Amino acid sequence: MAKIIVVTSGKGGVGKTTSSAAIGTGLALAGHKTVIVDFDIGLRNLDLIMGCERRVVYDFVNVINGEANLKQTLIKDKRTDNLFILPASQTRDKDALTRDGVENVLNELAKEFDFIICDSPAGIESGAMMALYFADEAVVVTNPEVSSVRDSDRILGMLSSKSRRAEQGLEGIKEHLLLTRYNPERVEKGEMLSVEDVKEILAIELIGVIPESQAVLNASNSGQPVILDKDSDAGQAYLDTIKRLLGEQVPFRFLNVEKKGFIKRIFGG
Amino acid sequence: MSLLDYFRSTKKNTASTAKERLQIIVAHERKRRNGPDYLPQLERDILEVIRKYVDIPADQIAVSLEQRGDQISVLELNVTFPDDKR
Repeated sequence: MAKIIVVTSGKGGVGKTTSSAAIGTGLALAGHKTVIVDFDIGLRNLDLIMGCERRVVYDFVNVINGEANLKQTLIKDKRTDNLFILPASQTRDKDALTRDGVENVLNELAKEFDFIICDSPAGIESGAMMALYFADEAVVVTNPEVSSVRDSDRILGMLSSKSRRAEQGLEGIKEHLLLTRYNPERVEKGEMLSVEDVKEILAIELIGVIPESQAVLNASNSGQPVILDKDSDAGQAYLDTIKRLLGEQVPFRFLNVEKKGFIKRIFGG
Repeated sequence: MSLLDYFRSTKKNTASTAKERLQIIVAHERKRRNGPDYLPQLERDILEVIRKYVDIPADQIAVSLEQRGDQISVLELNVTFPDDKR
């Protein structure tokens, strides 16, 4: 039975696609057959983050319209086994995704895959609603910043009222908080909401804290999911997140300011 | 610079301001989200009626609909009158 996980946030630019790429890759690395589906119709970007932009032939909307089948459309990741990408379409027609069409594609994918990661577009328009409608679990990506937290709370409201699980009276979507671009230095100075602050306001379980990191831009520049950069803080934080998503208990890291050693304090760095 | 910052730190930090503002707005929006769609309009209409008699600001009125059990919903109306208008 495939598990459908939506990566969502409401607000744009908080790290949904970065997180989708990292989570999908992490699950595949752990041996689970995984597909990442880009729901951002018209603004396709998952392909760039995953480094497969030049291998896109057909897309999600082609499959829905019966112009191509899944086998022709899915892109197999070259670095990670068990990992596939379903690219979004670049069409400007916002209503290209129909609920029945999406359901058929997800059902088809569910026969093949253990995990289906839905990379949601920003906002609360039809694309975002479609990405979350069929979900079993949700990763709510949030920055420690007022507008992002407020938008996440809105999305939490949607998850509990506008999803298939809600409409059919099933058990609700399991919600996880993923805090990204976290800067412990600024938290310590009282310039940024802390993990505890955001947890208290949104009142959902914390699945991961990704520190603000140079590694993220480097990774997207080169089209390589940051989780593959295993020496980086962000990469390690995503690896921890995957373990938690799979049910392991892992202590949180990168929450506090790293104490600089004697040498570093003198010479900087 | 850091020495200067140290002496300036008596000022309330911005993170706690952010948290307070968020707690208020999120609580407000959650209440609204759980209510029926007509509630905001009902709130405006009631405010207009009261304003015919007493001049009160818009944020001094709160309307909420609470579900108690399966059968009963209670419409709660809270209006704060300014001191001099009583």
